[in-house]
Amino acid sequence: MLSWLRGIGTVMGCGVSKSSQFHKNSRKAIKAAVLIQRWYRQYVARTEMRRRYTWHIFQSIEYSGEQAQIKLYNFLGYLMDNFTPASSERNLISHIFREHEVCLDAEWERYFCYKNIEVPEVYSGPHLTFPLTVEQAVGLLEAFRNKKQLHSRYALQLLLETWKLLRMLPNINRISTCQSKEITICGDLHGQLEDLLLIFYKNGVPSLEKPYVFNGDFVDRGKDSIEILLILFSFLLVYPCDVYLNRGNHEDHLINLRYGFTKEVLTKYKIHGKRILKLLQKIFSWLPLATVIDQKVLVLHGGISDTTDLGVLARLDRHNYVSAMRPPKKRNSSSSGVSIDADLEEDIWNTSKIFQRRASVSYPKPLGPRDCFQNRSLQDFSGRIKVKMEDELESSRRRESVYQLAINRSEKDVLGVSNDSVTSYDNPKEEWRQILDLLWSDPMSQDGCIPNEVRGGGCYWGPDITEDFLNKHNMQLIIRSHECKQEGYEFCHNRKVLTLFSASNYYDVGSNRGAYVKLGPDLVPYVIQYQASSLTRELTARQSVGRTERSALKVLREQLFAHKSDLICAFKKFDKEATGLVSLNDWASAVESVMHLDLPWRMLCSQLVSCKSSDGTIDYNDWFNELAFKGPNAADHIDQSLLETLYRHRSTLETIFRIIDTDNSGFITVEDFRQTWKLLSVYLKMEITDEDISHLAVTIDSNNDGSIDIDEFMEAFRLTDKKSRLERGRSMFMGTVTDLTKLEGDPSI
Amino acid sequence: MCLTLLIYLVGLFFSETVSDIHKKITTAFKLFDYDANNTVDAREISTIVFSLGCFPSQADLHQIIAEVEEGSSGYVHLDTFLPVMTKVLLEHRFPPIPVEHILRAFEVLDKENKGHLEEGELTKYMTEEGEPFTNKEMEEMLAVLLNNKRGLVYYRDAVGLLGFDGVMK
Repeated sequence: MLSWLRGIGTVMGCGVSKSSQFHKNSRKAIKAAVLIQRWYRQYVARTEMRRRYTWHIFQSIEYSGEQAQIKLYNFLGYLMDNFTPASSERNLISHIFREHEVCLDAEWERYFCYKNIEVPEVYSGPHLTFPLTVEQAVGLLEAFRNKKQLHSRYALQLLLETWKLLRMLPNINRISTCQSKEITICGDLHGQLEDLLLIFYKNGVPSLEKPYVFNGDFVDRGKDSIEILLILFSFLLVYPCDVYLNRGNHEDHLINLRYGFTKEVLTKYKIHGKRILKLLQKIFSWLPLATVIDQKVLVLHGGISDTTDLGVLARLDRHNYVSAMRPPKKRNSSSSGVSIDADLEEDIWNTSKIFQRRASVSYPKPLGPRDCFQNRSLQDFSGRIKVKMEDELESSRRRESVYQLAINRSEKDVLGVSNDSVTSYDNPKEEWRQILDLLWSDPMSQDGCIPNEVRGGGCYWGPDITEDFLNKHNMQLIIRSHECKQEGYEFCHNRKVLTLFSASNYYDVGSNRGAYVKLGPDLVPYVIQYQASSLTRELTARQSVGRTERSALKVLREQLFAHKSDLICAFKKFDKEATGLVSLNDWASAVESVMHLDLPWRMLCSQLVSCKSSDGTIDYNDWFNELAFKGPNAADHIDQSLLETLYRHRSTLETIFRIIDTDNSGFITVEDFRQTWKLLSVYLKMEITDEDISHLAVTIDSNNDGSIDIDEFMEAFRLTDKKSRLERGRSMFMGTVTDLTKLEGDPSI
Repeated sequence: MCLTLLIYLVGLFFSETVSDIHKKITTAFKLFDYDANNTVDAREISTIVFSLGCFPSQADLHQIIAEVEEGSSGYVHLDTFLPVMTKVLLEHRFPPIPVEHILRAFEVLDKENKGHLEEGELTKYMTEEGEPFTNKEMEEMLAVLLNNKRGLVYYRDAVGLLGFDGVMK
């Protein structure tokens, strides 16, 4: 390579003429330049590779978390429907499915009354008076920028006014760009106040001249979800004809239980949080489903399917769909005039049939992008809860009696509920599916429409579906959000679908930019990108990839450790002679077969395994020791496999705890704690003995007062980082937080 | 034909079998296969080739892309790419550049042996000589290598910092 150049250097001055010397020198320089360029380009390619697979890791885990969430709620729904009211298990989870808790709106307004809430003198946040003015809305913005919190009295009042307003809005907003107004459209914000402030800073706050559409997912994951809602709602109240909100899949109290919003509200509003959450539940159900601009551009959160029908969507009673996780109860009038909740869901395991749409493939193309997930559908889950014929009949009978009870209780109210005059459902199942598709679907590049089994809800839809849909409705563009994109936006389907994501640094600092779109009368989308956090600007591309990569790998290692038993089983299959060693290839195959994350394991191996021997084989027992996370003394006498379960299902566990904690105190009784584990053991089809549970309970309830602090429990088993309290910010896994100070100055990358 | 067989057999002597190589190539390829239909945009080929531990010249890359691209569609299918890339890896056609050579290269450019290069100097070489950088590439390189206010590139540090990964496993 360059050695000959050194040779040339030494023959300088050996009778070579000046001009050829000059040529030789410049040839040297050229060769040197070439080497440097090649070296640098390789570095860039490597960095890009790392960025790709880091992204892949986060996204796989995020989506499989969503899938797990849906499975959990289907399971809980099944339990709900199959136990008599007397059963303690049912009581445990009944309050989240309070569809039969039907009251007159007037009664609710009394429950949400803020008037007797006193605002103390020491309160330094904003005081609101209604009707709200734009100065107050801007003042609220400033207050939040300065880390103030709005007092619960004003929060409730603001939410009440919002609720009243939303009830008057149609399912589908229709707006126009008349008078040369440009409409600004924003995507997912996910509680990231910094991004909203950045957008308002760059683009101006909403006003008569500056209409905005916010496309859902305002909450969860980020730490300032309630502040974002309050800001959006206050501008909505001030400019009801210039601010438009679309519902996202996270505007759903069941999702909020898992992804942090519920926790945030209860932490920030310790006394009135529960009321605020209940009111928000109603508000979410009243959020419009979509917005149409100039009759040509459709803005909605998730997407469409081959059966999406704007007519149906416009007609249905959207507020009956409090959560997209649960199909509504159908109300039929019986001959006696009493509404009876029919078996809309039939058997809960047949709910999976609703997700089971026939793949309407136009051309024989290969399966969608995530075909490795085909096996992990809701049908999979339903297989676990096989019920015999007699039991089926028994449960139907039980169900009817349950509903009858519920009806008797609320009969008067049911008939009285008529803000919406005709509470008739076209076909509730169909309507539910329409909403599910709208909120959860993702585009794919193949033609056709197949169930979105990665997320567990909605579908994947192809360019042919977009084409048909736009033609049918005489439209030209679909703007949606729902998916994080590295550049903050992405066009697909022949530029007929635009994905817009407004939460920058979503997975981690530096992971992605955010974007918003401006649409003028020409209806040509103009995209503006940004990235919040000054930290990002200071980091070079290399450093930000490095830190994001590190946190992704950390999360991945935890996931791997949590699957230790399954992994060891898989390794043993490859290690028939029980040497304790497997080859790199076998390691990768085994890991994928257990984790189902479709990640480039071979490529990641060097990052995940440091105990490789010289011939490239991996001692898997050593590897687990490497991964083992050191629990505190508390964990020492706990069975290893139980610990693993704890770790793997910590989100589910925490979610169930919070469901059980009906008064949202942060504590549950030891008895409830036991019930949780029983639930979990059925769900996971695992043996968890009473003894195991006692050990766990005793460990945590150290003062023996019969109650367990949920957060303490999660921390005791290192299921959450102490630092991952709300103040530290987002943690989509509710467990891992990149400790910013530790990462600085790390020379190893 | 014979040569390929020979290379294949020689390749077998090394710890990496052809099957290993196929897996490596496929993994790297699939990271860019957004549609899960075993095709990638032709523009990603250079990244893939680099990430497999190769150090081709731009001309080499153009040649490979020409060989594997589906007509003028702008796409490359795995079935076409795999055998071509396998051969490249078996032949060690574009071996990594040893770190010392990179250092020497910088030293050649650093005519006065200052231990550093001025921003302007480096820019001139990178954008005018050899296989020139685009403006964007140059900007990015400076962002990475210029970490001080005086506009100087301390190349010894740079080479150490960016590390060196001749082989992506």
